[in-house]
This record gives sequence, structure tokens and C-alpha cells, in this order.
Amino acid sequence: MLKLQDLAKNQELFSHGHRACAGCGEALAVRQILLAAQPRPVVTAMATGCLEIFSSIYPHSAWQVPMIHTAFETAASTAAGVEAAYRFAKKKGLISDDIRIIAFAGDGGTYDIGLQALSGALERRHRFLYVCTNNEAYMNTGIQRSSATPYGADTTTSPAGRVLPGKIQHRKNIMEIVIAHDVAYAAQTTVFFWRDLATKVQKALDAPGPSFLNVLVPCPLGWRHLPSETVKLSRLAADTCYWPLYEYENGRYKVNYTPTKKLPVEEFLKPQGRFRHLFSGEAGQQVIAELQRYVDEQWELLLRKQALFGEESAKA
Amino acid sequence: MILAKTGNEALAYAMKQINPDVVAAYPITPSTEIVQLFSNYVADGEVDTEFVPVESEHSAMTACIGAAACGRRVMTATASQGLALMHEMLFIAAGLRLPIVMAVASRSLSSPLNIHGDHSDSVASRDSGWLQFFCETVQEGYDALIMAVKIAERAYLPAIVAIDGFILSHCQERIETLEDGAVREFLGQPRPNYNLLDWRNPILVGPATLQDYYFEFKRSEIEGMNRVLPVIEEVQQEFGQKFGRYYPVLEEYRCEDAEAVLVVMGSACGTCRVAVDQLRAQGKKVGLAKLRVFRPLVHAILKKSLARFRRIGVMDRVDAVNSYGGPLFTEITSVLYDLPERPAVFSYVYGLGGREFTPEDARMVYEQVLSGKKDELVTYVGVR
Repeated sequence: MLKLQDLAKNQELFSHGHRACAGCGEALAVRQILLAAQPRPVVTAMATGCLEIFSSIYPHSAWQVPMIHTAFETAASTAAGVEAAYRFAKKKGLISDDIRIIAFAGDGGTYDIGLQALSGALERRHRFLYVCTNNEAYMNTGIQRSSATPYGADTTTSPAGRVLPGKIQHRKNIMEIVIAHDVAYAAQTTVFFWRDLATKVQKALDAPGPSFLNVLVPCPLGWRHLPSETVKLSRLAADTCYWPLYEYENGRYKVNYTPTKKLPVEEFLKPQGRFRHLFSGEAGQQVIAELQRYVDEQWELLLRKQALFGEESAKA
Repeated sequence: MILAKTGNEALAYAMKQINPDVVAAYPITPSTEIVQLFSNYVADGEVDTEFVPVESEHSAMTACIGAAACGRRVMTATASQGLALMHEMLFIAAGLRLPIVMAVASRSLSSPLNIHGDHSDSVASRDSGWLQFFCETVQEGYDALIMAVKIAERAYLPAIVAIDGFILSHCQERIETLEDGAVREFLGQPRPNYNLLDWRNPILVGPATLQDYYFEFKRSEIEGMNRVLPVIEEVQQEFGQKFGRYYPVLEEYRCEDAEAVLVVMGSACGTCRVAVDQLRAQGKKVGLAKLRVFRPLVHAILKKSLARFRRIGVMDRVDAVNSYGGPLFTEITSVLYDLPERPAVFSYVYGLGGREFTPEDARMVYEQVLSGKKDELVTYVGVR
């Protein structure tokens, strides 16, 4: 089992001095991922977005590993090109190291504009890890809704108004879309559970084909919570089953974390400004109830998948 | 070896001989065959290439960028909507100074949908920072593709080699090919600027820049483009010495004493040559200025050549809607603007969407330019 003291001995490959907001969950995730990847040599690609802006403003760079940024929708396709070049170099004996390739993109670059490139790269089975650092909206452009934005969230393009309660659709199930590509490994996690995250990074990097991590990264700016509450919120997301921690490996689903007491989704919503409007009236209560229904339904569905296509089913 | 090949076959064959490290591509008419034939070479193990059959042209160019950033020799092919879909990534390839080489079977752009040849796609990409070579014949396309690899790698800039869709891409010609070994020896190994896979020496490719640096990056890219002409001339000279085929960036055909000269790019140069010969036989002093290199714009060469003539017609196989004349026309008139005595320059738009451009059409244009009389700013040749 991974130990924090071992991870702490690793080199900081995502260095301090970058320009992320205080309490940025994405910066935490990237740092943890690059700590967990060691000692494997990694080459990385990223989409345009917060991560790129706060880590790569010339002449500064927070990256102590090779990094390429091309455009917003291109994390997967850029990584595919890098992987093809790597395969060529390996085939010709120009490289002897076993390099791993990681692509980073936010939920916009993954769920929306980059979905086609991601699908193509997964289908072609490029061996790389695609990390979606998911803060559930277009935070870099100023908190616009994405298809990862949850039902009822107030964003600048799904504002809570007199008629509408914020976003009126539930989020897209990207995990199932990715899993439908028959990936070698896919998992969902968040920054609070550092061991879960680090273990999944290592599994994903060692998987024999394309792998995917959907990492919930609370965003103080977009979620309107205190920077000091980022880690607490990422835990509440799992404890309410709003963000189940699970993995898909060799055709099997496995839930990695079952809260001892499943908290009501309100506990996750309440500290966040993006849901504040739901707590002042009857209409808001209905939205929360619908969100609770959705969370419960998805959680139950996941447990059923585990029962049907999990370790237990394999034993039976 | 002398072979009968269509333009697409010739370019695919050149690609086989170049044996690029990575090819990422998505099919589109009329360029499809280039990659289709190339994938046969991959399937038969005749090349070492890592072939990435992507899900769109956007990803094709992006994967090319990713692979080229790893210091590899990278190629692709496309046309029309495909080139338009790549548009965003073209600027990124050039900005990162990656010598990607792309064969383009030039075609019109929608709407309306039309699969036939004109220069709408290539010319629409003119400001992306790519070198652009327009070819008159299949032979020239074959030679240009090989030279483009060397030029791009010496200049650290990406390059498009354009053959006219269907007119060249699908028409068979007799071509003289080179030996595989001669092509590989001519090209040598790439000497990349940087290699992303060198993980012990990490670099950041494609950072964000603010007001304090963006301009300097762009200016250095512009300087790179400004300095590429000697590289082109050097490589073409080298190619000529080795293989006996010389290509000037601007070729003058029967221009010595010409009273009317047409500036033309691509396959229509052949049509205009026929018209020039016919008119010369009638004693009319006409000539052709064939422009092979569209980017970089060879303004000094154009100015020196064209300043001698009193009447010039500029032929565009594309229209820049509501511009003051066709795209090449406006560039030529800009080049000639500061001459003390400016020639009369006429704009002709022809051949859109594959509309046939015949020697009769060319003769009509020559007659009009010779007469020096023209009612409209732009003449649309052969449109009903």
C-alpha cells in the first residue's frame, strides 16, 4: 500500500510558484498525480484552460516534466501524436526508457469540445493516461456551464434567475462514455483521498492501453467556497455519493469507497455559492430533491454494476 | 525510373520514398488516395512509418504537431473542408516552428458543396505561417514534395505542396521518379529544434504568453518566414544539381519582349503556355509568369520581374469575396505599388469549383490584357 511518507520523498514535478488561485483543486490534483507517477518517466500534454494559464505563462513554467500545449480541444490528439512518435522512436531503438504519456484537460476540454479527439484516441488505443481535472464548469473563461455542470448549479451561462433554477440538465456520464470504448482502465476519484488518487494514477499508467481518470477538483472561484474548504468539499462529494470513487478494470466495476454514513447531498451543496439560491424557498428545495434523487439513482446503479460486473460476480 | 502516375499516386510514391516517421491523416476528396495508397505501403512494410488514422482533420494536424514536437519527420495530406478544419492548428504548427509537410489536393470550399479543384482551401490558409508551393504538373508535385521536406526542416517551418484537385490529383502523367536511396540521401536525417521526448531535459512547448512576449514570438516567426527564400533557392539548386530538374520560384515563359503577361499559379500555367504559344504564332507578344512559391510571398523577385511589363493580368483560382480583386491580384498590386511607373494590372478569377479553364479562355484573357481595356474590376472567366 502506498505511504504518504514515500510519496513525500518523490520529486516535486509540478513546482510551486505557479499562479493558481488559493485553494485550487486542479493544482493539487496535478501535483499529486506527478508525485504518484514516479519513478516512471512521464511526458505530458495539456489543453488550453486554467491549468495551462496558471502553470505556463512565459517565461515561467511550473512543469519539471516535458509538457506540450496546443489548443483547447486537443489534449488527446496531441498526446496521440506524441505517443506515435514515441512508438516510432522505441521501434527504431532511439529510446530505451519506458516513457508514460499523460494528457490533462478540464471538463470543458473533455466532456465538450475535446470529446471527439478523446474518443478517437481511445478507439485507436494509444497508450496514454487521460486525466480530466473536473471542476464542473468553464472556470478559465469565467464560470460558464459545461456538460459536466450539475443540475441546479448557478453559472454565468446557466444563471439562477426568476424562472430558471440554474442549470436545467444533469451532468453527462463521461465515465460510461469512456468505458464504452473498452479502455484498459478508467477511474473516478478526487483530491481528498490522496491514496485512492495515487493508486489509481499508478494503475492507469501501468494499464496496457488507454486509461482515464476523472478527478473532481473543487474550484473556489467557480464553486464560490472558501479556499480552505477545497479538500473538505472533495471529501463531502464522496461522502454524499455525489462523486462516487470507483474504477473500471478488466471489464469489472469496483466501488473503492463506501461512506460509513451516506450524507444528504445538501451537505455538499451548502458550503458552495453556486448552490446558494437553492436554499431560499420552495423551488430550491425541489431542485435539491431532484439532485438527491439523481445522486441516489446513480449510486444505486453503480452498486448494481458492481454486483453484476464486479469482483463478486466473478467469484459467483 | 519513368512511370505513369496520377498526382495522388505520385505524391503517395514520393511519401513512400521519403519514408516519414509519423503520418496522421483523415480522408477527404480529392486527396484521399494519397493516404490510402500510403497506408498500403504501411501495410506491406515498405515504410517504417507510424501511421495514425485519426478521426478528423483537426486531430490529424494536432497529432502531426504532437509527433513533430518529438523531433520526428511528419507528413499528412488533405484538401478543402479538411484543410479548413485544420485551420486553427495550422497556426499552432507554424508558431511552434514544426517542419510538418502536407500534400494538398486543392479544392473549393462549401457552401455549396463542391469536390472539384480550385485554390480556395490553400489560399484561405495563406496567413497561417505555412510555406506554400503550387504545382503545374504531376512531375512538379512529386519533386516539390521531396524538396518541401528539406526546405521545411532547414527553415523550421511547415509546408504545403498543392496540386490542383482532380486536374492533377486524378490525371495520369509520365513522370520521372528518383531512386529510393537518392531521395533518402538527399533528405538526410531531420535535425529538429527540440524533442519533447527527451524527458531528462524537460521543455515546455506552447506556453501561454501575455502582452509582454506574444509580439516577440510572432515577430520571430515572421523573421523565420522572411529568411526562408534563400533556403528554398538553395534546396532547389541542390535538387537541380543532383537530379537535373531546376525549378525557379517564379518562372518566366516567353516574357522577354512581352506586352502582356499573366501571373498564374498551379495547373492553369500549362493552359496558359498553350495560349502563349498560339498567340505568339500570331505575332502577339504575350508571356507567362508562373508563380510556384506563394508563401513566402517573393515580393522582391515579383517586383523585379513584373516591373518591366506594361500590362499584367493576375489569375486567381479563388475569390476573396468583396475584396478589391482576387487574393493574388491584391498582393501583386501591393508589390508593384511603389514603382515610379506602375504597370496596368487586371484581376481575373477563373475555374472555381472545377470549372474548366481552356486555352480559348486564356487567349481571351490575353487579348483583353493586350487591349488594356476593361470595364469591371474583376473579370470572372467563363461564369454564366
